[in-house]
Amino acid sequence: MTSGEASPLLEFRQVNTHYGAVHILKDVDLSIYPGELVCLLGGNASGKTTTLKTLLGMVIPTSGEVLLNGEVVNGKPTSFRVENGVTMVPENRRLFKRLSVRENLELGAYLRNDRDGIEADMERVFGLFPRVKERIGQKAGTLSGGEQQMVAIGRALMSRPTVLLMDEPSMGLAPALVQQNFELIQQINDDGMTVFMVEQNANMALSIADRGWVLQSGAVVLDDTAEALLANPEMRAAYLGDDRAD
Amino acid sequence: MTATLAPSGSSVALDWRRALLWGGICALSLVSVSLIGLPVGMNKRILIEPVLSLGYLFLLWIPLVFGYVATTVVVLEGVEARKSGVADLLAGLTAGLMGGIGLTLLMVGLDTVNIRKPLVNWSPQLFRLLTFERGLEFGIPVWLGICAGLGLVGAVLHQLPAVARRVMSWVLFGVMAVAILEAVIDDLAEGFHLEWLTDALYYKKGGTEGLTVTSAVVLALVLAALPVVTGGRVKAAVDHYRDAPSEDRRRTSLVLFGAIAVACVGLPMILGGIVNELLANVGLFLLLALGLNIVVGLAGLLDLGYVAFFAVGGYTTSVLTSSNSPFFAPEWHFGIALLFVVVMAAVAGLLIGAPVIRMRGDYLAIVTLGFGEIVRLLFLSDWLKPYFGGSQGITKVNPVDIGPFKVQGSDPRSVFYLVLFFCALAIYVSWRLQGSRLGRAWMATREDEQVAEAMGINTVNAKLMAFVVGATMAAFSGAVLAAKVGSVFPKSFEILVSIIILVVVIVGGMGNIAGVMVGSLVLIGILGGPRQPGLLQEFQSYKLLIYGALLVFMMLKRPEGLVPSARRSRELHQDEYLQDAWLGDEAETEGDQGAPS
Ligand SMILES: Nc1ncnc2c1ncn2[C@@H]1O[C@H](COP(=O)(O)OP(=O)(O)OP(=O)(O)O)[C@@H](O)[C@H]1O
Ligand SMILES: [Mg+2]
Repeated sequence: MTSGEASPLLEFRQVNTHYGAVHILKDVDLSIYPGELVCLLGGNASGKTTTLKTLLGMVIPTSGEVLLNGEVVNGKPTSFRVENGVTMVPENRRLFKRLSVRENLELGAYLRNDRDGIEADMERVFGLFPRVKERIGQKAGTLSGGEQQMVAIGRALMSRPTVLLMDEPSMGLAPALVQQNFELIQQINDDGMTVFMVEQNANMALSIADRGWVLQSGAVVLDDTAEALLANPEMRAAYLGDDRAD
Repeated sequence: MTATLAPSGSSVALDWRRALLWGGICALSLVSVSLIGLPVGMNKRILIEPVLSLGYLFLLWIPLVFGYVATTVVVLEGVEARKSGVADLLAGLTAGLMGGIGLTLLMVGLDTVNIRKPLVNWSPQLFRLLTFERGLEFGIPVWLGICAGLGLVGAVLHQLPAVARRVMSWVLFGVMAVAILEAVIDDLAEGFHLEWLTDALYYKKGGTEGLTVTSAVVLALVLAALPVVTGGRVKAAVDHYRDAPSEDRRRTSLVLFGAIAVACVGLPMILGGIVNELLANVGLFLLLALGLNIVVGLAGLLDLGYVAFFAVGGYTTSVLTSSNSPFFAPEWHFGIALLFVVVMAAVAGLLIGAPVIRMRGDYLAIVTLGFGEIVRLLFLSDWLKPYFGGSQGITKVNPVDIGPFKVQGSDPRSVFYLVLFFCALAIYVSWRLQGSRLGRAWMATREDEQVAEAMGINTVNAKLMAFVVGATMAAFSGAVLAAKVGSVFPKSFEILVSIIILVVVIVGGMGNIAGVMVGSLVLIGILGGPRQPGLLQEFQSYKLLIYGALLVFMMLKRPEGLVPSARRSRELHQDEYLQDAWLGDEAETEGDQGAPS
């Protein structure tokens, strides 16, 4: 899917971030092209979520540049990036638990003003997840885990994104659902959405991804196509082996 | 005991331990209510001349309720429910009797030892009240009899059909309400020129209040006849409203709302001073509660220093409209002062909001609590005395001049209309905000701040806006207070105000405008505000106790408030429905997983 010509949709150039004095991301370079399905792998506390938050403007880099559609957006607020097509499905789904499913979806479209377009997109979400429609008036906190995942993805789609950031989409789902979930991501990507996914489940993620990076203590240690990463002995030992032990 | 008494058909025996436990709690309740001083304190308030005073009522309801509770049949799914029978009646009797024993012990104690030092209500008056001034030998058997009897009645209630139970409680509450609300009913009757009715209804001799025995009986019969006449149509209408599609419900709500609005505008014309004064107080606190409802209910910011904004509104108005303001007394018109009230409220909202905006939950509560006190102490301080008058406050606030009318404390009706105007405004604003984009941003921020931010919501702005809107409503209330009382003192802005408004919001239902309205009407109207007497002036000294008890009860039993929003109650219904659906789901997945392996 990668097209050599096109310019990246999202890009990190030598990005460094700190929480207080603690150095988290270290000279990270990333580039995500339109239509790609890419993944970021890494162990606990390696800085994966931080990467996503930096892309979304919730963490401000201390040095380096974040580019969106070729434009430096370091100083731009989250709302700007959401308006320009970046959306995140947060770790653990994090729905607004005491609000209804409908309200959750509406909040996904918070920055939009086109009522008709919002309604149409809601119908599109219902088309993707008929179950969500059945549960439309229910409090989101009372949904089952699988249903919550559907609403979380639906909520993200409601902002009509061009790139979907997904933080560990398979976390906390039953094995059967994990498989289903990855198929869904692949389908969303096939429909033209750029997807940037953070995962610990390296085997699964690489089986559907085009390219991937491996993050270790905040630094990118591997940057390659999915096949190459799957074949990489270093990678096998560090991540894929772990996976099987699970 | 159980074996012999339990009817042979029952599958689960009556739990005697539970009955005894409730009996013990019944006894404890009776003794503690007595020692709190409620019976003696309320004994002067006659409900039915000459047989029942409010003081006795406080004792009598206890064995009745515990007799009922002790014999409630627990229904568990899948377990055949116990058939209630003779054993239950005995259990109710026992629970009541144990209450009577508690009172007996209390009477004997009162008679033999004197521990009045720590317990102020361990008094001869209590003894006289409990023994009906006829000594122990009369008091003990009578109370044992009364309590056991009421416990038995409580148990019998379970045996009656539900309709009969509903009619009985309706009659009981109705008669008590008519007796307790005598002052309001009097006031209303005067307005409608129905004095003959109240003259017939109430005793009214030598300044004593209360129904007569005859009128109580007649009233009970009339009340009992009402459900028969309406034939359950009221309940059907309520049920219909509840299940109606949201469109219809909306329309009904609008009609209801219109009716209330008409009543609010029309009634005060015919109402007397007492009720108008009460309503004005209700309005003042409703305005405060609506503001706090936005801050706490919608935006989820637990602001315990909310009274600060009330004070800012009151002092701004006083300084600008009083002839007696120590430093700067332009004596402007109230309307012009209001503009500055809005500005000052917004500034105060930002000043207090900005430093705490990054804090969450408990930290926010503690810091705002501090700010609330700081504001009061500043107004009280010697340092600012040249500007705000210290503890003497600012007096001689000019009445509000609106064309032919003057709003001042001596005319409660005018105050009510002024406050009504602000309340209407606040209700409208709250209602519009709730459904607005800002309202949604508040709710999202309340639920999960980080995710709200990820959706592109500027949570800092949203929270500051909540502070500013809430502060403005509180400041308006303060402005009206200044005009009503004609002065402001730091004493009017104690921390208790914040707490009571919070209780009003919680009891009414957080994030629910109708709930907040009901909460203010019930709590402020009946019990009274921190310094304002309510309808039941006798409760004055027990007000905080009742507020506290109510808060605990609501948090435990009904956290959604008195008036759960339509959506919430639907959700509760859905919870049940969901449970079934969920169980069905699990069965399915189990089946799925079972097949391949
Ligand atoms: N708000 C914060 N303040 C201080 N330190 C933080 C903060 N958020 C994250 N960190 C730290 O930054 C490091 C990277 O965190 P991050 O959430 O990016 O990890 P991750 O790769 O997503 O891990 P996981 O797979 O467990 O989710 C961790 O050591 C974490 O403790
Ligand atoms: Mg993470």
